[in-house]
Amino acid sequence: MAARSERLEWGGGGLHWLARLFDYKPFLIFMCLLPAVGLLVVFLTYPLGLGVWLAFTDARIGREGEFIGLLNYELLFGDRIFWMSVGNTILYTVVATAGKFILGLWLALLLNRHLPFKSFLRAIILVPWIVPTVLSAIAFWWIYDAQFSVLSYLLVDVLGWRDTYINFLGDAWNARWSLIAANIWRGIPFVAISLLAGLQTISPSLYEAALLDGATPWQRFRYITFPMILPILAVVLTFSVLFTFTDFQLVYAITRGGPVNATHLMATLAFQRAIPGGQLGEGSAIAVAMIPFLVFATVFSYFALARRKWQQGESNE
Amino acid sequence: MPGLTRRDTVKLGLGALAAGSMLSTGTLRAAVPVKDVPIPDWPIEEGATLRVLRPSKFVSADEIWFRKNTEKFTEVTGIPVKLEFESWEDLRPRTAVAANVGSGPDVIVGWSDDPFQYVDKLRDMSDLAAYLGEKYGGWWPLAERYGTKDGRWISIPYGAAGGRVVYRKSWVNDVGYEDVPSDLDGFLDLCRKLKKAGHPPGLALGNAVGDANAWTHWLVWAHGGAMVDENDRVIINSKETIEALKYGKALYETFIPGTESWLDANNNKAFLSEQIGLTQNGISIYFAAKNSDDPKLRELAEDIYHARMPIGPVGFPTERSLVVNAMIFDYAPYPNAAKHYIRFMMEKEQYDPFLINCIGYWNHPLKAYDESEVWKTDPKVTVYQHIMKDSLWDSYKGSLGPASQAVLADFVMVQMVAAACTGQVTPEEAAAEAARRASRYYKS
Repeated sequence: MAARSERLEWGGGGLHWLARLFDYKPFLIFMCLLPAVGLLVVFLTYPLGLGVWLAFTDARIGREGEFIGLLNYELLFGDRIFWMSVGNTILYTVVATAGKFILGLWLALLLNRHLPFKSFLRAIILVPWIVPTVLSAIAFWWIYDAQFSVLSYLLVDVLGWRDTYINFLGDAWNARWSLIAANIWRGIPFVAISLLAGLQTISPSLYEAALLDGATPWQRFRYITFPMILPILAVVLTFSVLFTFTDFQLVYAITRGGPVNATHLMATLAFQRAIPGGQLGEGSAIAVAMIPFLVFATVFSYFALARRKWQQGESNE
Repeated sequence: MPGLTRRDTVKLGLGALAAGSMLSTGTLRAAVPVKDVPIPDWPIEEGATLRVLRPSKFVSADEIWFRKNTEKFTEVTGIPVKLEFESWEDLRPRTAVAANVGSGPDVIVGWSDDPFQYVDKLRDMSDLAAYLGEKYGGWWPLAERYGTKDGRWISIPYGAAGGRVVYRKSWVNDVGYEDVPSDLDGFLDLCRKLKKAGHPPGLALGNAVGDANAWTHWLVWAHGGAMVDENDRVIINSKETIEALKYGKALYETFIPGTESWLDANNNKAFLSEQIGLTQNGISIYFAAKNSDDPKLRELAEDIYHARMPIGPVGFPTERSLVVNAMIFDYAPYPNAAKHYIRFMMEKEQYDPFLINCIGYWNHPLKAYDESEVWKTDPKVTVYQHIMKDSLWDSYKGSLGPASQAVLADFVMVQMVAAACTGQVTPEEAAAEAARRASRYYKS
């Protein structure tokens, strides 16, 4: 109380109301939030809103658009390449995320054991995640090159298992699987390290108790490890789905959407139409069309996996 | 050189140093014929500074000499110039941002049809074009095509890079040809024989902005097909196109495997590592081999020859080229300084050494540069001489504009040829699909 009155006196009569204002908790909360809200509005809400607006216009590069309602979406609805990109994006997201999770979880379980050079190994598996995407894309571009692929070289010239070089990026399905493999390689460390963090929070006493009860390794995984890391699994899954769904650099650098659009994702198609093609309205419409998928993926992984009572401090029945 | 001494150099202070450095470089043995035209006296704005944006180099001399000439401009005029080089993919987005935001580089050397996106936002260049045209014997047709809109100059075409047949002379001779035939049947026969001899051709069919667009457009145009007619009506679904696609399929069967995933750099790599015996490219393969530190590559350069692409039933050459145009946007605060900069770069004291050192990678838009040393020393380079004289423009036979740019960026032509060549669809289906896709952009 003494400190308070002292502060008011120090502020002088003129600042009296200001000091009281800052002591008012709702106002203070508002002021503290303001910078963060400002950043979000300027760098997230405004561009997103602008994108949604552009999708309703026929804006082109160098020309303001006019409102044309849903025409962009109607055009996209009849566009086979757009639907192919939707299919590619879903395939890419589902397969790559599943791959990242299975391999990432496996890697996390291995790293959770007592291995020699444990810290060193944990550090080194982060490399694919740390390297800038474009650099790893260029590495994969060489690995998948039609003439200079190291994989083709191994299989044909060293081992002699094949007669012809593998057409990694020239065939539609080969190209899709090649890109998915590259994406999985890149995404594993994120999943593995996050899950490893989750694994380390599990108390060893649980495993000791299970061992005394004679639980098999599978039972220990199924009834202790898995439920205990489920909350973190949900969060990581959500992030991973979002990253994969919106991937752009890997595909753009390796195939640029080819061969004949077979690997276009919605993100790359939106860019190609909007910037090199100059059709800002149509490109925005493709980008906006990604939002429902993203919301659905987020809501699904969140509600399906994360809404457990014990996360809110209650016991799980 | 009488043109130099009588210039009105005092007023602007330009050119005095240029003349001096010309004597010292001693590279100008062949004279570029110049008409005596006074330098326009656009007053340079007080305190002018310039920012210039252009595509990144593809051959090293391009950047070196562009920088040298720019530094010379600063020495002569005292106007500081900040040069920015942007990668080919990112140049168009950066131009777009500058145009939309209304602020950015004062001079943008942008891609071919970009000026037509921003017609209302560009400074009129007619006086500069008139001066340069008069002094240097006029503009080549392609320069006029890319520089003007309804008779008004909206940009100054700075140069063009084009594709020619790049081949290994000894391998072509081995299969019984003296050089590359100029007719389609002979060309196909040569490619078949090269494949049989183990030196197959390879032309990009992936989404390669430069190489794939270049040869697929040549293919369709050579057979008389075109995306649109003179009135911008889509006419790609024609029997000429289908003939072109059938020929393309036969040609594709001779290619090295994997070309359907090739981007712009693949054919250069494959050619220099002796995997292919023939491709279509700019002069960059020869340039890289000739200027390499590796004696093996320099030896290879001896065997690299160039030829014009064969002429099809239409009876005239149908190559495509990549033009770059210097634009000044309305927002530029020092338009006269910017105009003088472009003028300075196009004057022979600067442009001629630039051409010579790029050994034919860039082609001249002004006719007088036909006499440049670069076209006279190496017959292999001379094949690239007339890119701006007789190449066709991107939206042939229609007009340049947003629709043609969208169709090009969407790789409609490339993908039509790729789909038909690889046998994913029949030529008829490919042409119909291309017409459907092009019609979306040419709708209004």
